[in-house]
Amino acid sequence: MNKLLVVSPSPHTHSGESTSRLMFNVVLALVPAFAVTLFYFGMGALVVTLISITSCLLFEYLIQKFLLKVKPTISDGSALVTGLILAFNLPSNLPWWIVVIGAIIAIGVGKMSFGGLGNNPFNPALVGRVFLLISFPVHMTSWPLPIESRMSYINAVTGATPLAIVKEGLGKGDTMSVISEQIPSHMQLFMGTMGGSLGEIAAFALIIGFVWLLVTKVITWHIPVSIFTTIVAFTGILWLINPQTNADPLFHLLTGGVMLGAIFMATDYVTSPMHPKGMWIFGVGIGLITVIIRVWGAYPEGISFAILIMNAFVPLINRYVKPKRFGEEVKKNG
Amino acid sequence: MLKTFPKGGVHPAENKLSASRPIEVLPLPEQVSIPIAQHIGAPATPVVAKGDSVRVGQLIAKSNGFVSANIHSSVSGVVESLDPILDSTGYKKPAITIKVEGDEWMEGIDRTADVKKEISLSSEELIVKINEAGIVGLGGATFPSHVKLAVPKGKKVDVLIINGVECEPYLTSDHRLMLEKADELMVGIMVLKKVLGAERALIGIENNKRDAIAHLKNVSTGYPGIEVYPLRVKYPQGGEKQLIKALIKREVPSGGLPIDVGTVVHNVGTTLAVYEAVQKGKPLVERIVTITGKGVKNPGNYLVRIGTPISKLIEAAGGLPEDVGKVVNGGPMMGKAINSVEAPVTKGTSGVILFPSKESLRGEAQPSCIRCGKCVSACPMGLEPYLLNQLAQRRLYDRMEPERVVDCMECGSCSFVCPANLPLLDYIRLGKTEVFAMIRARKS
Repeated sequence: MNKLLVVSPSPHTHSGESTSRLMFNVVLALVPAFAVTLFYFGMGALVVTLISITSCLLFEYLIQKFLLKVKPTISDGSALVTGLILAFNLPSNLPWWIVVIGAIIAIGVGKMSFGGLGNNPFNPALVGRVFLLISFPVHMTSWPLPIESRMSYINAVTGATPLAIVKEGLGKGDTMSVISEQIPSHMQLFMGTMGGSLGEIAAFALIIGFVWLLVTKVITWHIPVSIFTTIVAFTGILWLINPQTNADPLFHLLTGGVMLGAIFMATDYVTSPMHPKGMWIFGVGIGLITVIIRVWGAYPEGISFAILIMNAFVPLINRYVKPKRFGEEVKKNG
Repeated sequence: MLKTFPKGGVHPAENKLSASRPIEVLPLPEQVSIPIAQHIGAPATPVVAKGDSVRVGQLIAKSNGFVSANIHSSVSGVVESLDPILDSTGYKKPAITIKVEGDEWMEGIDRTADVKKEISLSSEELIVKINEAGIVGLGGATFPSHVKLAVPKGKKVDVLIINGVECEPYLTSDHRLMLEKADELMVGIMVLKKVLGAERALIGIENNKRDAIAHLKNVSTGYPGIEVYPLRVKYPQGGEKQLIKALIKREVPSGGLPIDVGTVVHNVGTTLAVYEAVQKGKPLVERIVTITGKGVKNPGNYLVRIGTPISKLIEAAGGLPEDVGKVVNGGPMMGKAINSVEAPVTKGTSGVILFPSKESLRGEAQPSCIRCGKCVSACPMGLEPYLLNQLAQRRLYDRMEPERVVDCMECGSCSFVCPANLPLLDYIRLGKTEVFAMIRARKS
């Protein structure tokens, strides 16, 4: 029985969980929303998504291979997820070269400049999106109409998002009962029949993705639920105070990027807190900032900024908010 | 709802391959090597010399202080040497090697299978008996049992907890013991209850051993104050602090002992050893060991004399498989990989697992932590393994102390769940050693 044996410290077994499996499940969770956007925006959605994914993967590969001179890690799936989420944050008629710029900012500035996966303080896809929103405000806020623009890419028929209609209407002094005639019903909002970024429109499809992420234990419920709760509570109070000058909470939940942001972007591992207590602080912060921007800010939608702002607080939250240690309270009492 | 501990934990594949295999007696080896340090505390002092004849149950090394344990010969024969041998740690350790001749036992040891229920000795006499028999925690921690039974002045034990959880995958020795030695176990519990003055004894068993739960529930009706509780299948349910929390909802303070919350925990194997020592006059010379693994022909549970080479156990199970990459002494989560199958079975050997080569090597670690927080959710002590890992890598040991690295019990849940395959526990162990050194330096 003379055999060379492997000697290593415990544990001698592993769950089999891996970064690429987690990323793959995020991609799967985005499939329903992608199917819906193909139905509503057709051609444009397909083109923008493909360009975004390809350029994110390509830039990650090029930067790792030639600038950082390390072994490229595009097979871990994180650049694929960034590409998908960036595309989901763009209008489906965005010219291809703007998508490419978004990708280089997301991967190059948002991720690689900090050292790659695991080191970036801000959500890379959102860095790309916000850069584009500020640099190309016209392109980034012309929203193709669903279904009608299915067969076209650049020359799609455009219109305003429900949030923008409400913001403009309230700004002019109209009451909600007047405005509500120009915006889709709650059922239409739930099914995604509205203008908007290509992946953010269909709440039901994003919720299916949320369930998938929970079932496969990729994320926990804390961040999305804390964001939803805060938004519903905050806008609910405003709505109860004056339903004529404030949209109802359900409208706020179903429009804009709340679903996409709360489920897929705020939950990004690298840029969110590590345990439930911190996640609640993070989620409540995002909810509050989103509503403040929507109701009192210059932009009709604020979740991207809200997530980025709260991303900046994550290191502080991780440093000062600690999980409950076993045996801690007993010691204080005794 | 089954009782369980509230925070953290993981659920590795159970792989209890040998659960249905009754305990068999392993044939006597030609020679045994009995290390003199098989327990936590001071090594025992040998009291035999080369050439001496010994019998089974004869004292061969004497306990050396309060936290130490007697060592008895597990065979009859002649002492061949007192030279160090390679033990399961991979280092040479002092041991007493005995060449086996026949199987002669010391007088006064009752080897019949009759269960002796009346406990005639007083509480003090019982502790002396347990101390003399060299009993240590057989769950794997090998802490001398008499130390845990000496309740300090001013402390009181109202609940005795018996650990039949066996939450480590693969291992089944406690499971078989509960099925086959239930009455002996119950008398052992009555002995421990008497020593500690505890009114109640709770047996905690993971719910994957339903036959053992049903059997013990049935048998325990004949004994006052013994209750059996099924527990959720979650690792590390059998961790001492986790088990106490699950059963009686008391939280052992950081740095404290179970006795601080009025309880003491003993493993079922230890309890059986206590029964045998007190009621049958038999010192700790043998124990039940599981031999298992996916490539093993006949996984099983054996009654093994202490000091038997692990290779004999492997032979009994059908020999070393063609494809074996790693041999682990203990469970897959906390056991230790051994470098030679000639190392002896000791008091702490609950099982031996053979892993095929493809399960022996760790997966390649990713370049960095992706901050998923899975280690934080998995840690049953409420620590932040990712942070401790970073601090240890940067040698910021002074920051690891306030992050409570010393509370880590090295259960391995963090490394188990890490999707980036980071060696979290390796770095935490390193940090823990440094922090303990810092604390010692501060005290002196």
